[in-house]
Amino acid sequence: MGKIEWAMWANEQALASGLILLAGGIVGVAGQFRGWEFAAYAVAAGVFVCLLEYPRSKRAKGTSVERSGQYCFTVCVKAFGPLTRNYYVRAFLHAAICVPGGFMLATVLGCVCLGIASLIYLAAAIRGEHWEPILPRKDVRKPVAESIKNPPQNPPPRPPPETRRKQAKDLEGAAYDNPSSVTDD
Amino acid sequence: MGNKIVNYGVPSFIIVVWMGINIFLFVWYYLFYDRGDNFFYTRHLLGSALAWARAPAAVLNFNCMLILLPVCRNLLSLIRGSLMCCSRTMRRQMDRNLTFHKLVAYMIALMTAIHMVAHLLNVEWYNNSRQGVYDELSTTLSDLADMENTTYLNPIRTTNLQIPLYFAFTSIAGLTGIIITLALILMITSSMEVIRRSYFEVFWYTHHLFVIFFAGLTWMWVLGPMIIYAAERLLRLIRYVQNVQYRKVKCDNLVNLRCIVMRPSKVLELQLVKKGFKMEVGQYIFLNCPAISQLEWHPFTMTSAPEEDFFSVHIRSAGDWTDKLIEIMQKLPEGAQGPKMGVDGPFGTASEDVFDYEVSMLVGAGIGVTPFASILKSIWYRFKDNDPKLRTRKIYFYWLCRETHAFEWFADLLQLLEKEMEQRGLWDFLTYKLFLTGWDQSHADHVMVHFDEDTDVVTGLKQKTHYGRPSWDKEFEQVRRDNPASVVGMFLCGPAALANVLEKKCGKYSDVDPRRTKFYFNKENF
Repeated sequence: MGKIEWAMWANEQALASGLILLAGGIVGVAGQFRGWEFAAYAVAAGVFVCLLEYPRSKRAKGTSVERSGQYCFTVCVKAFGPLTRNYYVRAFLHAAICVPGGFMLATVLGCVCLGIASLIYLAAAIRGEHWEPILPRKDVRKPVAESIKNPPQNPPPRPPPETRRKQAKDLEGAAYDNPSSVTDD
Repeated sequence: MGNKIVNYGVPSFIIVVWMGINIFLFVWYYLFYDRGDNFFYTRHLLGSALAWARAPAAVLNFNCMLILLPVCRNLLSLIRGSLMCCSRTMRRQMDRNLTFHKLVAYMIALMTAIHMVAHLLNVEWYNNSRQGVYDELSTTLSDLADMENTTYLNPIRTTNLQIPLYFAFTSIAGLTGIIITLALILMITSSMEVIRRSYFEVFWYTHHLFVIFFAGLTWMWVLGPMIIYAAERLLRLIRYVQNVQYRKVKCDNLVNLRCIVMRPSKVLELQLVKKGFKMEVGQYIFLNCPAISQLEWHPFTMTSAPEEDFFSVHIRSAGDWTDKLIEIMQKLPEGAQGPKMGVDGPFGTASEDVFDYEVSMLVGAGIGVTPFASILKSIWYRFKDNDPKLRTRKIYFYWLCRETHAFEWFADLLQLLEKEMEQRGLWDFLTYKLFLTGWDQSHADHVMVHFDEDTDVVTGLKQKTHYGRPSWDKEFEQVRRDNPASVVGMFLCGPAALANVLEKKCGKYSDVDPRRTKFYFNKENF
């Protein structure tokens, strides 16, 4: 399993946790549950986690698949520089965010899921991964070589007319040795 | 419209039946709990949240029962085999097993969400009733305890400072519910396409959390499928301990410098022998090499024909496991046996049906040509034996490839077939077209220089290589023209984008009218 980038799975898990926190929070607030303050917090925390986790990181190896419409999120997340780039920060951030969710049944699932995501991010950070923004590539076209603008003025050299007629009738006599090799060895 | 019926009729029907059962279960159980007299007092405490929790539970039970079945490969092969007498349309449905598995999984996820929200409400309201927050009736009902002539109504028994969270974690139902939902969430996040395609092991190992998930469910519903699945895994274990011998190992480390268009790509061919092993064309096996990893089983399509006395696979360098395998094989001295291999299978896929169609169009993209290697070899053998069971009278073969290098091992096979057909004067049986989709200027130059030669410069075959992608409209037109009033089977092993294109073309060029050509689309799944 050497080539796994744990951050990819952590990202999916964290995004799912954000949604679950959000859903649990909405239920808690709408139902006016006991401890609804925690639910209100979960709504805010869920939204925050979703926004943070929505833009996928560029993979160290291989092609990265963007989530649709993630470009504006990428720009926002990129703006925080090392805070969002470093996965240790993310791991501890998620661990801290998830704690208040653990005080209410409606949000406890989101809390545990986010905790697991935090652990996976920790594993990713220990392995030296970091978050890279996926930005549109600017293709650099190879500059056209100068020689294309100056076609030769004269036709290629041909043997004199007598030799040319001879070539048509006598292939053996017309053959000559090339000074350099013409095959691609 | 008629074309859609031809290609989508049976799967749509199955989906409609399945959704119908789901909707029926949901509505039935919802009404049962919402109207039933025996739940009158519970409904006083919980309102309609009771029904909203029970109805998805029923749908969940049904779907959990179903979800294991599409991945019991031996069971599917068995069903396929027993359906040999039936129409090929029915047998084709077995190919869509993974699609069905995913569909059922989505339904499970949705029902779990509804079930969970409803239970959150339930626990909250039970707790409030117990604490005496609501009217007197609720409090009295909640006070009922397990005694001589009463049983409790409210599962929350104590009145000491209680919060729903505490109840959930101290009751068996609550705790198991949370644990299995957690298992489900982990399974879902690791099954996302990105993770599956890049790090299959994470997906595979995490998916085994389904055992925990099933442990928490109503055992009656899931016991049957669990037993079947356990039997499947047992069968794999039995096959693993069976002896597998090597016949010949050949490693083509292709760094060929004779021609400038060649690029190196490592392909390993393994020829194995196993007692009692019987295969059909285009089937695949799972290989396990304990020297590399004890737990990993990797699928490979077989490239040998059933008529041969061994079975072979061509393995391309595509990740950790394959790289290590190629490395081990390269270090082997001449003539030595390779490392111990476990072989599970064979499992059947769409290619088995290729001889049932009067006309077949085979499209292989890149490494996707492997199942067709098996088919073409089998054709060659059947031809030699003049097999009367061969229903096919025409095959069109299209190979699309970016690099020419992968042609090498396959070109030998095609050369043999060419010679064979020439000897018997049967040019018509197999028409093949090779498309080099990744050509550049140096290719074109090379071809220009060797234009007059009889054989193709890249493959050495009489059939010239085409450059760029095929124009499918032209190809379909030609097949339709050459084969009026025929049933044509289209077999593809390649990327999903190409599958979409070909599926649409099959639909476009098919006609329900039996006097005209009909195209059926079959896709391999890798």
